[in-house]
Amino acid sequence: MSDIRIQKEDFDVSAEIAALSEGRIDIGAVASFTGKVRGDGDLMALHLEHYPAMTVREIETHIAEANARWPLMGVRVVHRVGRLQPGDNIVFVAAASAHRKDAFEAADFLMDYLKTRAPFWKFEERAGGDGDWVAARTSDDDSVKRWR
Amino acid sequence: MKLLYFAWVRQKIGIAGEEFALPQDVSDVSGLVEVLAARGANYAGAFRDLGALRCAVNQTHSGFDMKITDNDEVAFFPPVTGG
Repeated sequence: MSDIRIQKEDFDVSAEIAALSEGRIDIGAVASFTGKVRGDGDLMALHLEHYPAMTVREIETHIAEANARWPLMGVRVVHRVGRLQPGDNIVFVAAASAHRKDAFEAADFLMDYLKTRAPFWKFEERAGGDGDWVAARTSDDDSVKRWR
Repeated sequence: MKLLYFAWVRQKIGIAGEEFALPQDVSDVSGLVEVLAARGANYAGAFRDLGALRCAVNQTHSGFDMKITDNDEVAFFPPVTGG
């Protein structure tokens, strides 16, 4: 069971975590990650855009792979789009399992694939009105290679 | 076929997408890129460095050697930066 949402609105981290294990007593571990906009110099905001027809399908592929690799009892992915300011939430990933290690590893795996495969792009809006597209990081590519 | 452009590819070309008639002698994404790059300075600029570009055919990450037909949806974009 998985839940994927792409939205402009903020999300409530504790509500997202609670929803994963609501009504269940077999889940022993929920590992979650929340990505936020980091204030950096004159950064005013990040503009997140995506490829709507592809985004959910791409994320579903990686959730299916996570389910094949770890005995998961639930996965939740929330990714925001639009204009986000320093301190705002960007992304939430959580994985539920019977045991800690499976939940941690699955959440880590899903974040690596979100960063390197899911069709999102960030534009940095700087003070004064100019800005630039964020370049992909080779460290993210290196990180995802751990899972091959 | 449907063409979609994201991030700086969209900015350089100046539109988010368009309908395009795939020439009959073009059978893969590389061939499509050649035809598009010849359409004007904005396209030429967007497709100047293929190493900085990625593509998806029918919403799936693909290589530039992917075969395409006039019924496909092809998207061009820089390496993704979500998360």
